[in-house]
Amino acid sequence: MGVDPTAASTKQLPSGPAHDALLKQITGELHDKGFVVANIDKLANWARTGSLWPMTFGLACCAVEMIHAYMSRYDLDRFGVVPRPSPRQSDVIIVAGTLTNKMAPAFRKVYDQMAEPRYVISMGSCANGGGYYHYSYSVVRGCDRVVPVDVYVPGCPPTAEALIYGILQLKKKINRTGVLWR
Amino acid sequence: MDLALKELGNYIAGQLPKDVSGTTVKLGELLVFAKAESITRVLAFLRDDVNCRFKQLVDVCGVDYPERTPRFDVVYNLLSLINNNRIRVKVETDEATPVPTVTGVFSSANWWEREAWDLFGISFSGHPDLRRILTDYGFDGHPLRKDFPLTGYVEVRYNDELKRVVYEPVKLTQEFRSFDFLSPWEGVQGLLPGDEKVEADDDDVAKGGA
Repeated sequence: MGVDPTAASTKQLPSGPAHDALLKQITGELHDKGFVVANIDKLANWARTGSLWPMTFGLACCAVEMIHAYMSRYDLDRFGVVPRPSPRQSDVIIVAGTLTNKMAPAFRKVYDQMAEPRYVISMGSCANGGGYYHYSYSVVRGCDRVVPVDVYVPGCPPTAEALIYGILQLKKKINRTGVLWR
Repeated sequence: MDLALKELGNYIAGQLPKDVSGTTVKLGELLVFAKAESITRVLAFLRDDVNCRFKQLVDVCGVDYPERTPRFDVVYNLLSLINNNRIRVKVETDEATPVPTVTGVFSSANWWEREAWDLFGISFSGHPDLRRILTDYGFDGHPLRKDFPLTGYVEVRYNDELKRVVYEPVKLTQEFRSFDFLSPWEGVQGLLPGDEKVEADDDDVAKGGA
């Protein structure tokens, strides 16, 4: 079975009787034969979206909302989103706050140290386009001037719910892609 | 309170007649104008004198008055926990004349003098390590000066060919615009909406408004 780019974009089955029947079929197959056949790209996407480890990169007040999303009320752990202290261990970097000129080279270095596939979530007005500090002499007018951005989360600061929504959007985006092509 | 502050001001001016050019009490706060060349002596006196005992230097900052010569003020805010008292010392300087450092009197002044140097370009003679503290490495200019443009001169971008962050001259798609016409601090100079009620005297209000 080769990897067919068009097959990767087939939509997921909604939960219901049809979904249950499929699950039953897979369980039966696993019981009888001891293995199941699945698309490798879907399997890889399932694994990737199930453990999106973000680099801890809080730059300003948005970091507080990011922390809210991590803590027990919203608990991003249940999505497999566990903050990492090292770029080598992370899949996604959440730019939470104002990116200044002085920070830009360091930020790019952190991004470069992350292993592929890597994703970027730009959180808040400042990271999206400079925001309140758009005309400042010391602020980068959007972190997409330094790294390619996958998801922009608007707000000043965005709520924890908004950030979670952004992470779920990133998961959807990853699900759309194949493994052998990007 | 004001009387006690006035007395303290007079005492300081009397003790340091050559170094202090004047004292005022404004909004319940004591302000001492000192000569720039003798600032270390003034602060050492304020720290050590039994009637003053201003043991803490809370802040050192700069002020820019572009129309005035010399254009800069350096402001030292001091706190006496023993006497529950605060005092502000001001000296004047310009771009060329350095102010003697007070790091020998209060070591906390070190980074604040670096900050004043960084943002205003006020130099401090005898400072152990006078270099920039807040702005970018290799930054050009002193951003808190009134003649520094808001958006500065350079912006950064990642250059994919050079594989590093590069500096380029600022290019804005739209100039900065201020729409805050109702700000009480800038914009309209006359009456703000609602202020006429404050100005109107009681007779007018009784008759049904002016």
